[in-house]
Amino acid sequence: MTAAPPAAGEQLRYIAGQAADARVNLEIETEGMTLNIGPQHPATHGTLRIVAKLDGEQVIAAEPVMGYMHRGYEKLAEVRTYPQVTTLINRIDWLGSFANEVPFILAAEQLMEVEAPLRAQWIRTALFELSRIANVTLFLGDMAVQVGAITPVFFAFRDREHVLNQIEAATGGRFHPNFDRIGGLKDDLPAGWAAETKQALKKIRNFCDQIEELVEGNEIFQARTRGIGVIPAKVGLGYGLSGANIRASGVDWDLRRDAPCGLVHDQLDWRVWTHPDGDSFARFWVRLQETREATRMVDQLLDGLPPGPIMAKVPRIIKVPAGEAYVETENPLGIMGYYVVSKGDLAPFRVKIRSASFSNVSITPWLLKGVYVPDIITILGSLYFILGDIDR
Amino acid sequence: MSSADAGAGAAAVAGADPVREGLLEALAAELGPALVGSELRAGRDLCVRVERGAWGPLAEYLRSGLGFVYFGFLSAIDWLPSPFGRDMDSQVDNALDPPEPKDPGPMQTGAAGGDTRFQLLARVNDPAGRRSLTAKADLPDDDLRAASWTPVYSGADWHEREAWEMFGIDFDGHPGLRHIYLPSEFEGNPLRKDYPLLARRVKPWPGIVDMELMPGEGPGASTGSDGAEAP
Amino acid sequence: MTLILAELAWWQQTSIRVVVGLVAVLIPAGTLVYLHLFKLVSFMQSRLGPMEAGPYGSLQLLAEVGKFIQKEDIVPRRADRFVFKAAPFVVLVSTFLLVVVLPGGPDAFFIDNDLGIYLALAVSSVSVIGILMAGWGSASKYSLMGGLRATGQLIAYELPLILAVVGVVIQAETMNMQGIVLAQADGEIFGWGGIGNPFVITQFVGFAVFMIAMQAELTQTPFDMPVAESELVTGYMTEYSGLRFLLFFIGEFATAGVFSAIAAVLFLGGWYVPGLDPADNLFNVLGPVVLMVKIVGLSFLIFWFRFTFPRFREDQLQRLAWKFLIPIALANIVVTGVLKVLV
Repeated sequence: MTAAPPAAGEQLRYIAGQAADARVNLEIETEGMTLNIGPQHPATHGTLRIVAKLDGEQVIAAEPVMGYMHRGYEKLAEVRTYPQVTTLINRIDWLGSFANEVPFILAAEQLMEVEAPLRAQWIRTALFELSRIANVTLFLGDMAVQVGAITPVFFAFRDREHVLNQIEAATGGRFHPNFDRIGGLKDDLPAGWAAETKQALKKIRNFCDQIEELVEGNEIFQARTRGIGVIPAKVGLGYGLSGANIRASGVDWDLRRDAPCGLVHDQLDWRVWTHPDGDSFARFWVRLQETREATRMVDQLLDGLPPGPIMAKVPRIIKVPAGEAYVETENPLGIMGYYVVSKGDLAPFRVKIRSASFSNVSITPWLLKGVYVPDIITILGSLYFILGDIDR
Repeated sequence: MSSADAGAGAAAVAGADPVREGLLEALAAELGPALVGSELRAGRDLCVRVERGAWGPLAEYLRSGLGFVYFGFLSAIDWLPSPFGRDMDSQVDNALDPPEPKDPGPMQTGAAGGDTRFQLLARVNDPAGRRSLTAKADLPDDDLRAASWTPVYSGADWHEREAWEMFGIDFDGHPGLRHIYLPSEFEGNPLRKDYPLLARRVKPWPGIVDMELMPGEGPGASTGSDGAEAP
Repeated sequence: MTLILAELAWWQQTSIRVVVGLVAVLIPAGTLVYLHLFKLVSFMQSRLGPMEAGPYGSLQLLAEVGKFIQKEDIVPRRADRFVFKAAPFVVLVSTFLLVVVLPGGPDAFFIDNDLGIYLALAVSSVSVIGILMAGWGSASKYSLMGGLRATGQLIAYELPLILAVVGVVIQAETMNMQGIVLAQADGEIFGWGGIGNPFVITQFVGFAVFMIAMQAELTQTPFDMPVAESELVTGYMTEYSGLRFLLFFIGEFATAGVFSAIAAVLFLGGWYVPGLDPADNLFNVLGPVVLMVKIVGLSFLIFWFRFTFPRFREDQLQRLAWKFLIPIALANIVVTGVLKVLV
């Protein structure tokens, strides 16, 4: 796998072309049109609505409108006990549910001064990475749908199924495992799980190769995504972009490596992928590499699984001592964090959920200015958001 | 994460966390008396509390002076003890048979202290230096406003709209505070503690303690649980 | 067919022609939908496709038609009612006019017109009017954008389509479709006449340009900007439902079938198979079957590309037509003309 060459010249030409178009449009004094994309539209995965002011097919201004799926988890969490909160937060990023639970549980563990046993930490990390695979494989197929090729998404659903089966075998829940507990995990792994999971991972690697040939290597796909939706690193950081979106802009920053907290990524052999371009293609490319990397990580985790208990000694009725803790992890969609304020009660006093997609999508008004209507879709697709993760 | 470097005791040991201590010193030197409180949990986190007037300059200094170029989030905390308590009975039933009014108790604030009911809460990161920091600022009850961070961090735009909607905090210099999640005709600030959660007012919630105790396991039993609030 | 019909009255001839015309349009369309859209694509995407209605789901199409006919025919409140309702029929008219010039055997044809291919290329443009009517009449922004995109695209790709045909016409020395078939049956490739001269060999560049332009004319991926379901919902068809949507649907696949038939006649020798005498009466029966096989083969290419490639953006699509396909087609005409004179 060689890194794709930077397409700086292409970007400049594209930007210059946009400027020229804008001049032409000024000269002939066209009248604007407002196009309402969503909340029910095939491309918005859920209920995001984009109000775009158009001049011809060029976007003058675009404003995302959300809240169609706002469920008020921050308020609801204040009247739930700590174990009950994980049921809610499972539904934030519903494609990688287990990863949502981890930072919250880690924050609660930090407040309670308990630490999960080593085996639980390893299994946690394995499930964390499996949910990343389950999440990102769908993106890899879906991105192709956004640019008009509908076949890859079927491959994505087919191979994602194997991973979901493994998550279900281990946790009992396909989409919403609710498996993480303060102090460890609900159960140990079933017998034979590791071998089966390795088979599933092989299929995922095969899927990644297919996607590479079918989508990434396709000239039309590259023509549609190269130089489109370029996010310079500085702008991306200011908007709080995270995950593959910021790594595709050349920022070498991954919390799994740089701020390991309760997960065992620091004991594995893996690397952080970055891409210098910052365009839609770069975001796709980085996610593809990260999926491969995740399969390698899970393989190592399964090989090195330490024996031992899976649950630390915690009281059956959990009261978290007063204090504040913030834990953020590198979730499939980007950085997800929970700021938990406890007053020594059964329920948290306040939970601030920092979800990745909310910040990732907040760049769209800046990013969509001046692009064409077809590019709105590829840019939104490449930013990769889950509505539940925006609206919470 | 081991218990050796955790806990309030560890924070007192000077030199346990040179990076965060250096950061705190730099902030104290820059802000002077405007830095009214701080809490350093060694190996974990640094939380600083500034005066409201220093909220804008703090962002400026964090970004250009200390290299915290990454914007994490911005929100707020309402420290008012909930006037509804945590009673889980249906309020419809309560209307017939009103329970004894509970005293919600005095207001307590958390990390880095606090004097007022509303407290701004923000988090920024420094990707290059692998550092992060939580910032807080107290807002007086009668004047809920602070400087906007949008000129410094463009990403603060939506987060400030959310804080405005959920807590009713105004941000000076924000390009357009309007509803982000809720319908535009919505009144009230849902995340304030005195805003009732309607679902709980009309329907009983059975599950505040979601497990039955095991045989031989009661309040104060050997598990270490003090499980006082059995239903 | 013409010989048999010569004895009958005009109205009888017309009735027979209409029925045969309907069959000639709908049978290939239905075959393509079942074979390619339902089954081939399903196998590509590791699915089975329809399995319940009939053996291996072969009656699924009838079930779908039944469903669409039952559905309510919804007209948006602010739509231009007449234009909105008429648009699908205009699209379908172009398809039915196209089939008129197709020969199915030495005597089995509708009309024997010396301007055959010219007529076909002319009437194929009528569908643009229908699509623009649908886009405008729907009173929907998505439909309007789809209609405008379709118009720009179809006009741009009409030109390479016609230029690609010119090479064939130069070689066959006629625009009569029947004449083109016979020219291929009797022709020789640089003096070797073992399999006649299917123009796909000597006009390979023209064939490639024709197939690409045809893909664009049919608005199939990678040229499906006008319907671009991830951006424009379904472009000019967005507001249609029930029977009228079905008409668009039939129009799409019937046109794919008819265009494949034209390509088969122009480049693959139409109803002719090498080794037999083209004047043999056998071809009046065998010819339509041979043509059908060639249609299925060519339309396989269409659907293979459709379900493999992503789509172009509008400007990239125009660039491909004007900067690549048209110059290539023009160069092909020059080379063909020079060789025709020299050889």
